[in-house]
Amino acid sequence: MGLQYAGKLAHLFAMPHDFDDPDHAHSVLPPDPALRVKALETLLERKGLIDPAALDEIIDTYAHRVGPQNGAAVVARAWDEPEFAEALKQDATAAVRDMGFYGRQGEHIVAVFNTPGQHNMVVCTLCSCYPWPLLGIPPSWFKSDAYRSRAVREPRKVLAEFGVKLADDTKVRVWDSTAEIRYLVIPERPEGTEGWSQEQLAKAVTRDSMVGTDVLGAQS
Amino acid sequence: MSRVHDMGGRFGDGAIDPNPGEPVFKEDWHGRALAVTLACGALGQWNIDVSRHARECLSPKDYARFSYYEKWLAGLADLLEATGVVTREELAGGPVASSDLTDRKMLAEKVAGVLAAGGPANRDGRAPRFAIGDRVRTRVRSANAFVAGGHTRLPSYATGVTGEVVLRHGAHVLPDAAAHGLGERPEPLYTVVFDAGDLWGAPERAGDEVTCDLWESYLEAAS
Repeated sequence: MGLQYAGKLAHLFAMPHDFDDPDHAHSVLPPDPALRVKALETLLERKGLIDPAALDEIIDTYAHRVGPQNGAAVVARAWDEPEFAEALKQDATAAVRDMGFYGRQGEHIVAVFNTPGQHNMVVCTLCSCYPWPLLGIPPSWFKSDAYRSRAVREPRKVLAEFGVKLADDTKVRVWDSTAEIRYLVIPERPEGTEGWSQEQLAKAVTRDSMVGTDVLGAQS
Repeated sequence: MSRVHDMGGRFGDGAIDPNPGEPVFKEDWHGRALAVTLACGALGQWNIDVSRHARECLSPKDYARFSYYEKWLAGLADLLEATGVVTREELAGGPVASSDLTDRKMLAEKVAGVLAAGGPANRDGRAPRFAIGDRVRTRVRSANAFVAGGHTRLPSYATGVTGEVVLRHGAHVLPDAAAHGLGERPEPLYTVVFDAGDLWGAPERAGDEVTCDLWESYLEAAS
């Protein structure tokens, strides 16, 4: 990535079909989205530009290997090891990288800790930025217009739709991911988990609690 | 001036469906769309800011009716044509010409390495002008200073508002430049916290807050 693209991209200004052309290039593809992907994939494969086995590998990575279990391991460790929690506060990118969690859409991580006085919640109003190496591919609700538009203006009504009711004296801070910083919410450790192993603790962590749309209730 | 993607604070979108139990890829083609997009990114013909801008340039009508992965597909097709990787005739099913980019094809055995390597946005750059705790005011308009209608990352709801610097992230690539072939022009990046009352007038609850990650040129000193 870098300046070597500058010259290449400069020609976009002079393209006969720029992005603002009302007659976009995508309009010539088939209307059914599944066929649209197939048409693109077939064309690119015939041009020698994509390897279908690489596509399978990418899908398998995010369907099975990279997901919220990674973030849950980070949260469980933060609950169990105060020095790790401190390292997360100081430099979360380095702390999670030490656990093997780094990569695309997780190059710059900030961990935000819920406290009795402050509940943290994450949104990307401009697109759907999400910490992929820690939580995987975002769920539909995170990418929905309703969440993107409302989370910043009425987070408490949004939380109610997830079944979450905060105490009146708990402040909400909504983090709008407008740059390449990706936020991981560290939920408060639920009651009833004293003495649990990190593996047990990780199972109590929900994906949504790490985005801030869930609060972990007492465990039994 | 505004584009359709800049929807923070908008009214009228209705309820959210948390849909617990939803699979990672609801339809097979969703995973395929994601994978094709990532594989094409590896050809090195654009950066993340260019690809975001391509999706934002979908017509408001298409942006509203397309699902998430349909937006990706449309942005991808438009980018592939704009960068000359494919022609419109090829997209429409015409004869397929050879490409001079075949040596950049991402092979299956390279996938893990490419995904793990990521693409960090931090760069060496000038020292930050603002300190943690400084009061700053955002630009009065969310507009690209270089290109009319160009890409920018200041949400409209957070324009002309005073907040406080809570985090500093060093210098990061400026999307307003990088999305338009103008170089990376790294600038100090900050997280700025705003009081909900300053953003919305009548906030849902007094004292709640919203943060945005903002580049130095989006900000001026405030008292």
